[in-house]
Amino acid sequence: MANLTPELEKERVKILKAAQEAGLDFYETIFEIVTYDQLNQIASYGGFPVRYPHWRFGMDYEQLSKSYEYGLSKIYELVINTDPCYAYLMEGNEFIDQKLVMAHVYGHCDFFKNNAWFGPTNRKMMDQMANHATRIRRYMDRYGVETVEDFIDVCLSLENLIDRHAPYVTKSNEPKDHGPAPVSPDGKLKVHKSYMEKYINPPEFLKEQEERRAEEFRNQVRGIPENPERDVLKFLMEYAPLSSWQQDVLSIIRAEAYYFAPQGMTKIMNEGWASYWHSKLMTEKIMNDSEIIDFADRHSGTMAMAPNGFNPYKIGIELFRNIEQRWNKGQFGREWTECSRLDEKKAWDKKLGLGREKIFEVRKHYNDVTFIDEFLTEEFCIENKLFVYKFNQRTNEYEVDTRDFPLIKKKLLFQLTNFGQPIISVLDANHNNRGELLLGHLFEGIEMQPDYMRATMQNLQKIWGRPVHVATVQDKERTIIGFDGKEYTSVAI
Amino acid sequence: MGIREDHNRFREIVKGRIKKNFKKYVTQGEMIGRREKEFVKIPIPSIDLPRFKYGPKQSGGVGQGQGQPGDAVDGEQQPGQGQAGDSPGEHVLEADVTIEELADILGEQLELPRIEPRGNKKVDSISNKYTGRAPVGPENLRHFKSSYKEALKRSIASGTYDPLNPMVVPIKRDMRYRTIRKVTKPMANAVVIYMMDVSGSMGEEQKEIVRLESFWINAWLQRNYKGLETRFIIHDAAAKEVDEKTFFSTSESGGTLISSAYKLCQKIIESEYNPNEWNIYPFHFSDGDNWSGEDTKLCIQLLKDYFIPRVNQFSYGQVESKYGSGQFLKDLEKSLPGEESLVISRIENKDKIVDSIKDFLGKGR
Repeated sequence: MANLTPELEKERVKILKAAQEAGLDFYETIFEIVTYDQLNQIASYGGFPVRYPHWRFGMDYEQLSKSYEYGLSKIYELVINTDPCYAYLMEGNEFIDQKLVMAHVYGHCDFFKNNAWFGPTNRKMMDQMANHATRIRRYMDRYGVETVEDFIDVCLSLENLIDRHAPYVTKSNEPKDHGPAPVSPDGKLKVHKSYMEKYINPPEFLKEQEERRAEEFRNQVRGIPENPERDVLKFLMEYAPLSSWQQDVLSIIRAEAYYFAPQGMTKIMNEGWASYWHSKLMTEKIMNDSEIIDFADRHSGTMAMAPNGFNPYKIGIELFRNIEQRWNKGQFGREWTECSRLDEKKAWDKKLGLGREKIFEVRKHYNDVTFIDEFLTEEFCIENKLFVYKFNQRTNEYEVDTRDFPLIKKKLLFQLTNFGQPIISVLDANHNNRGELLLGHLFEGIEMQPDYMRATMQNLQKIWGRPVHVATVQDKERTIIGFDGKEYTSVAI
Repeated sequence: MGIREDHNRFREIVKGRIKKNFKKYVTQGEMIGRREKEFVKIPIPSIDLPRFKYGPKQSGGVGQGQGQPGDAVDGEQQPGQGQAGDSPGEHVLEADVTIEELADILGEQLELPRIEPRGNKKVDSISNKYTGRAPVGPENLRHFKSSYKEALKRSIASGTYDPLNPMVVPIKRDMRYRTIRKVTKPMANAVVIYMMDVSGSMGEEQKEIVRLESFWINAWLQRNYKGLETRFIIHDAAAKEVDEKTFFSTSESGGTLISSAYKLCQKIIESEYNPNEWNIYPFHFSDGDNWSGEDTKLCIQLLKDYFIPRVNQFSYGQVESKYGSGQFLKDLEKSLPGEESLVISRIENKDKIVDSIKDFLGKGR
């Protein structure tokens, strides 16, 4: 499989050894050299050699190829979370680039294997994807390309409506529902004198009551879903009037969305971790003196941050370094937090040397949200010149809004939670008592883009068949937007 | 490889979208402004997969760098070097479409016939194509279908063919191989001569119409001829030859003598484009307000005696404006009725561009 040149193979062994010595732990990693065109193909397939047929991949491919051909962008590395890990190197990249990429890839592979959020992912996804492709091709043969493709379009437009935390919650078998608990364990009132028993708790009455309660429970109208359901796709699979092939297509889209979700949840950490290690391994072990300039050039290119672009590589690596330094010097805990003297804080060094241990622990347990929440400090924001920007309607430009630490943190966390996408759940499948679907948008101060929302609702309606509604906020008013297949309605709440 | 399939499918969808909104694209000047050498960039917003998402402008974000609150953040939003397999990027899709593809769509939408080049068809291109079949040849050029047919024919003829057990065993004599066949193509050159009235009565809107029409006419003729040349003549009371840019940006005032342009056009054809070798397409756009009846007579004379016998098609487009009387069109219709190679079209407004293109190109000449 691997087709590295002897020179690269020699380096690979060296880097592998250095990575293992540093404590990185990964599945076997197979590197392959591919041409730029192959790399673009693989990249448009999300790293996999085979995917189901869909024009969206072709669109991504066109964009990647164009921007490569015009010299605007270039993919250096591509690695996928499988066991064994597959990583691709681009033919014709400079030697130093290939070395850097290999070191970077080992960082990613370690993260894939050890980070808890990747725990439930399918490590044999390559087979799974090929399997999906076969199934969808079969449906296309049977029901027609256009029919299946249209349905995939509909599913993809709802692809982000999954419950990202569901894979980490192991639900024991659904607890049996016995209805509301009786007043006391056996439904009897307390009796102080035993001879009063049959007067206070007459057996016929007790029996009657029990039957009445059971009857009531049976007749009780419970909504579907009983609780708001974040996994809209799962809900649709179970309750929407779909034919079996449609159900299967939906389940494929859902499975793939869940597979890719952890990568979105750990973008900053994953890139930060890989960058931390490529930098460390290269500078300490792998590189020779003549390569330092090229390395610095490449490394800083990757770390560069455009004024209003957020570069996860940069923030990630800086945070990991910051954590390592703080735990080396003992800058944590109550004593540190309560210290208000700046000079003391500056000179703070308890020489604990816990840094390395700490960052390994962090890479194991955290995701981007908890990572930023716990380790982003005010000092870090000042040092890295972070700010919040907003769009100014009047000047038609983005402008710096504030450098206030709590606001930066809030904004960052907001962007990371649910990938900065609106949180939507199914509230009621029998809205208005007419079998209409009601979704709820958990409003957090930002409205959804109306044209996209309406287009998405059309797709939702195609699946549900009956009218669909979304409870959200539009133009600062709480509104239920409805779509019945022909017209939109809008009702203020 | 799968990606080719997906890519083709994507291109098809793009073309489908363009076809669907074709009239809109034809009447939009914006698109032509985005022309690069051989591509036209067409914004196709509806091809994106819709999702529930926040409006980008509302949300803002976290950045890094210098600046006080209130300072503009410069630089473009760059996603950085992303890792694949992440959420797809946010973008308004701009599809690059080649002018040829556009011309094909134009032809398909307006049901334009292919142009029959006229005159003597000079043979000047020869190409080799593997379309012939020969009983001998190298194995890698073996043509399976023909070989199978030969074998089938032989087995039926010899009576060994059994429909219940349709096995056909080819022997050496059945083999057929691809072979070179020389294909000769008549090559024809064409020239388009645009003439436009730039007198005071032709406003910006009228010129925009001319610009749009000429773009599509060029695209179609280019599709039909290799090596299309274009010439531009503007006129008011006098005519002169200009380049493309000047053609569309000049604004003059004063009277109109259409014959001046026709005379210049005649001179150009006489000196450079021998009608026996060239397919000639003069296009004249005006608001139809000629200076005098005398001049109009002269024009009609020129058309009748010089242009009509020599050119493929003489096209006159009358762009209606509120100042023009439009008399010229009526005069032409009256004095040259039933002339096959004279095409007259009235363009009232932008929405009529499509119809007028069909008028001009629908004859297949």
